[in-house]
Amino acid sequence: MATYDFIFDGLGLRNWCGASGDDSGGMTSMAQLLAQTSGSDVVVSPWETPFPSMDAMHEACTSFPQSRALTSGLEEGFLSIKNGLKVVVDPLTQPLSWALNEALWVMQVVPWFIMIPLLMLISYVVSREWKLVGLVAICFGFLGFVDYYSYTMQTLAIIFVCALTCVALGVPIGIAMARSDRVQRIMIPILDMLQTLPPFVYLIPLIFLFSVTEPKLYGIAIILYAIVPVVRLTDLGIRLVDPDVIEAADAFGMTKRQKLLNVQIPLALPNIMAGVNQTIMMSLAMVVIASLVSAPGLGVLVLRGIRSLELGVGLLSGLGIVLLAIILDRVTKAALARINVSQSR
Amino acid sequence: MNDTSIKISIRKLYKVFGDDPQPALQLVMDGMGKAELLEKHNHVLGLNDINVDIPAGKTTVIMGLSGSGKSTLIRHLNRLIEPTAGEVWVDDDNILEYTDTQLRQMRQHRMSMVFQKFALLPHRTVLQNAGLAPSIAGQNERKYADEARRWLDRVGLAGQGEQYPHQLSGGMQQRVGIARALTSNSDIMLMDEAFSALDPLIRTDMQDLLNELQAELQKTVVFITHDLDEALKLADHLVILKDGSVIQQGEPQHILLNPAAPYIEDFVADINRARVLRVRSVMGTFREAGTYAGDIDHHDTLESVIAKSEGDTNLSYRVMQDGKPVGLLDMRKLVRALVPSERSVERETPDLSDLQSKSAETDAALSQ
Repeated sequence: MATYDFIFDGLGLRNWCGASGDDSGGMTSMAQLLAQTSGSDVVVSPWETPFPSMDAMHEACTSFPQSRALTSGLEEGFLSIKNGLKVVVDPLTQPLSWALNEALWVMQVVPWFIMIPLLMLISYVVSREWKLVGLVAICFGFLGFVDYYSYTMQTLAIIFVCALTCVALGVPIGIAMARSDRVQRIMIPILDMLQTLPPFVYLIPLIFLFSVTEPKLYGIAIILYAIVPVVRLTDLGIRLVDPDVIEAADAFGMTKRQKLLNVQIPLALPNIMAGVNQTIMMSLAMVVIASLVSAPGLGVLVLRGIRSLELGVGLLSGLGIVLLAIILDRVTKAALARINVSQSR
Repeated sequence: MNDTSIKISIRKLYKVFGDDPQPALQLVMDGMGKAELLEKHNHVLGLNDINVDIPAGKTTVIMGLSGSGKSTLIRHLNRLIEPTAGEVWVDDDNILEYTDTQLRQMRQHRMSMVFQKFALLPHRTVLQNAGLAPSIAGQNERKYADEARRWLDRVGLAGQGEQYPHQLSGGMQQRVGIARALTSNSDIMLMDEAFSALDPLIRTDMQDLLNELQAELQKTVVFITHDLDEALKLADHLVILKDGSVIQQGEPQHILLNPAAPYIEDFVADINRARVLRVRSVMGTFREAGTYAGDIDHHDTLESVIAKSEGDTNLSYRVMQDGKPVGLLDMRKLVRALVPSERSVERETPDLSDLQSKSAETDAALSQ
């Protein structure tokens, strides 16, 4: 006898359940197997009353589905819409694959003696600080010296593409959120979910959807994970713009478009840049996880360190990621500081 | 005052703040007060049956304490706030019927605004801020720079064009605000507590600057303030608001001498009347006979007359306007006018009615 027989008996559903619970034709549960091996019905003391879960219900009534049916149902459901979904999503995301492939190709084709000075030049243009340029030179010099140059460039290529895509998508979404409370109400739970969902979890459906050899697989995973801060901070930044200034813009007859381009975005820029900085940091964190699904770069080395217990490789490639993170963070922060100085009140 | 044309005319304007203003408006029209409306229906009565005519080329000051609805009222003039009911006529157009495009045109070219907290664009230079109106209309910096620089020079900011607003002091920032309003070349300037955020000395400077500019440019200025001294210094026409209703409006001297409600008497009690009242408001009719201690101008303040008489109350003066005698000022009368108490006003009632008609006459003469 199962614990919850009384529910089905009480509701008069015994007929719907079919034969009594014992000789069920469905899947066998662990408890049933244990009961069989011990040869007798397990006597359940009130202290051990099971939670009225799907499995416990199933014991009392065979027609009640097991929890296993739920997960397999989800899987079948996803698989059945997979093809339809793929027809829509595949072409939409194809440019991401191209962009990633091109970026990887460019970063590896350009020889180091052009690439490193170029990166130094970019960091100077953005930050106007010679100290930072020196840091960039030292970090890339070190990574090149220990033969991690091409891995580093691959990681950098992926981050450039993903961070740019995040900004290109995230800033407009943030603007839409700032302009309409309804959009904000819809977006905030989605952003919360993206931020808290373990990255591995959305890797799983992505693997089903795309082939593992496609770069867009890890591209999408990185973008989903890293887009949140830039969206949130764009929304926040625009909402925080001094309402008096907005009123002045209205009073002098600005159109909505003029207000957005000439007032709101420039004044929200410090916040937007802080979002970009966070987005870059998060995509760097995700690059390691994405190497599980064939993302090239330093993450592959970290993974090798874990898989085959090569401690030295794991530590050194970890250090490489830290160096990259420091450079990217300092350069974007220096850019942010420059914006702040020109706007401080 | 009747001879000047009316630039802006507000008719039966109501504003009710809340979720569902229309039924609440009906209650207000049926006579419900502000406190009751808030308590029973949770709607805030912002403006209650406002009727104001704003004369062209003059400074109209709207005065009231905080919560009286003055900032709400000025924002109705360029529709930063939409009214619940009523009409706002500007140059014979009801601006509440304007489309968005027409409204933007009006805000760009016909009405400018100066704000209490300056509201300059922090990422633009002073020159670019001053040229906001032409830049919104699509002109580039080279085209509007001369005009903007001219007005910056005029408000005393010559050579500061390349600075950023945060590098300037509060008073200078508000000068940029005024230059910005002037560069738009609009006839109407709305000033929302424009000088309230400044410290007293700078505020006096700015008031003088505004009076100077006004004498030169004759814009239609609508000025909001909670400070009666400021109101009396600037106003050609004074409107006093309380709880969203107009309690009294008219020529400031007239309001000072004939407060219509106890509320205004309280206000007026703390004022340095000698500095505010003009000779024309207290003088008697001109009689050819008699001796006078000297000639004074009709626009002199009582303070200057007291200084001239060295406090001798036995004197009387001949009042001149444009070289012609228009009245006679007895020093005793002057001293009486300095005392705001109700009793003195009551005792003087017959004399006062004479005074009133006199001041109305001189007003008419002045405005010609």
